[in-house]
Parts: sequence; structure tokens; C-alpha cells
Amino acid sequence: MIEVGLGHYLTLGAVIFSIGVIGIFLNRKNIIVILMSIELILLAVNINLVAFSIFLGDLAGQVFTLFILTVAAAEAAIGLAIIVVYFRNSGTIRVEEIDKLKG
Amino acid sequence: MIAHAIFFYTFSIIAVVSAIMVTASKNTVHSVFFLILDFISISCLFIMIGAEFLGMIMLIVYVGAVAVLFLFVVMMLNVAQQKNQWFASKDSSKHIPIGLVISTLIFAEIIIVIGGWKYKPDLFDVNNSISQTGLSNTHTLGQILYTDYIHVFQISGMILLVAMVGAIVLTFRQRSGVKRQSYIKQISRERAEGVEVLEVQSNKGVKIDD
Repeated sequence: MIEVGLGHYLTLGAVIFSIGVIGIFLNRKNIIVILMSIELILLAVNINLVAFSIFLGDLAGQVFTLFILTVAAAEAAIGLAIIVVYFRNSGTIRVEEIDKLKG
Repeated sequence: MIAHAIFFYTFSIIAVVSAIMVTASKNTVHSVFFLILDFISISCLFIMIGAEFLGMIMLIVYVGAVAVLFLFVVMMLNVAQQKNQWFASKDSSKHIPIGLVISTLIFAEIIIVIGGWKYKPDLFDVNNSISQTGLSNTHTLGQILYTDYIHVFQISGMILLVAMVGAIVLTFRQRSGVKRQSYIKQISRERAEGVEVLEVQSNKGVKIDD
């Protein structure tokens, strides 16, 4: 318990990943919170990669964390731009009222 | 080691609680604030574990750019008043048990994988190359990022460029009734269009019709 090892970090990543999944499923009101849940999931992946990289002594994990950061930033920018355009066109971003794709 | 454990548990408890608050908070602005808190505590964990460069980059990129971008959009779209309630409407309540079951399953699977992996100690690589080189984390990261991963690095730059152009193109709109400067019109203007030479007659003056 006192000795913090790789398992602790992986468990933390698993907890945050699961919270992100819960956020996507349970949030039915606001699509921005769904985007934030996706950010949480990517953060959990980053925790796993960094923990493996440190404890196994291989720097490739940190390099890929850098690329995940890049992709996450691009995804957030594009997603928020789409949300802004959608709000401008339809006046709402509530999840229940977004039904143009008939999903 | 005890200090390490104390810091780990403090930051991870803050991270987990704020992650729960991101999804459970009723106000979207509060969700963004808890997301910032989550990123900060995770980057503290990264710095503590020895990945200083990534911790700092997390602070700069996530807290400085992404979270503030979220905050801008939340403020701009005026959704702060739209309450973000879990159990608000009747027809949405059927998603809640499914979501809980799926996320619990995912968590259990990951924990099983971690447990099975942790108790096979021969998978551990004892030769820790990071601590042996004597260089800082940023130095070693840069050494392999700009040599072994240079192509991936450039591709990630292209991804950022495409994202920037895409965001600008998506949110660009042509407004009507805005006065703009047209350089081509200004440059191609001839003398005959602007100046007219008139014969001024005495006692009559010049009548300018404008």
C-alpha cells in the first residue's frame, strides 16, 4: 500500500477512464461535457503510457504521450468548432435535441 | 517512499474526485473548472514520477489552451444556464444503468489485466535506461524525439495545421453589410474616374452633382 508501484498508476488510469465512459453514457444534456469526458479518457491513456514508460525504462511511451496530446488538442479544437457552427445554425447543443442525423 | 505515497494518494484522490465532478456537475462552467483541476493534479503526478517535460507540457497545452478553449466556448454559447442534470428527463433515464454496467465492466477488465500483469515479475525490465544516462528527462526525450520519431513528429505538426485550418474554415462566416478594403479596386483606380476638369464660366460657378 505504501510502496507506490506501476499497479497504482494503472489503477488510477483505469478509474479515470471508467469515469470518462460513465460521463459519455450518463450525460444526456450538454454535448460539451461529452467532449470533456473524451478528454478524460485520453488523459487516462496518457497516465498509462507515462507510467509504463517510467517503470519499464522505455522513453517511447512518453513520446507517444506527446503525440496523443497533439491529437487531443486538434480534436478539441475541431469538435468545439463543430459545436459552435451547430449552435449558430440550430440554436441548441442539448444532446436530446441534436437529431439531424436521425441517430 | 512514504512521502511519495502521500503525494501519490493526495493527487490521485483529487484527480478522481474532480473527474467525477466533471461528469456530475450541474453547471458546465464548473465542469470546465474541475477539468482544469484534474489536468493540474495529473501533471503534478507526472512531474513527481519523473516525466517533468510531459507534466509541464500538460500544464501548458491542456490548462493553458484546451481548457481555456472549452471555457470560451461554454461562455460564448451561453449554455451555463442550461442545467446539466443526470436524471432530468424521463426518457433519458434508461441510459443510466447501461452506462454504469458498461463502465463497471471496463474498469473490472482493466483491473484484471493489471493484476495478471503485475504478478508476472519476469516482465519487468530492470535495466532502467532513463536513470542510467544521467541526462534530464527533457534532454533524453528530445534526443529520441528528433531522431527516431522525426517523421511522426512532422506528421503531428501536419495534424495541428489541418486542425487549425479546419477550425478556421468551420467557424468562418461572411457577414453582409461590412465595409471592407479592396486593394485591387484601390490600385486599379484611374485618374479619369476621380478627377473631372470643368470649364468654369464667369458669374455662374460650377455645379457639383454629387
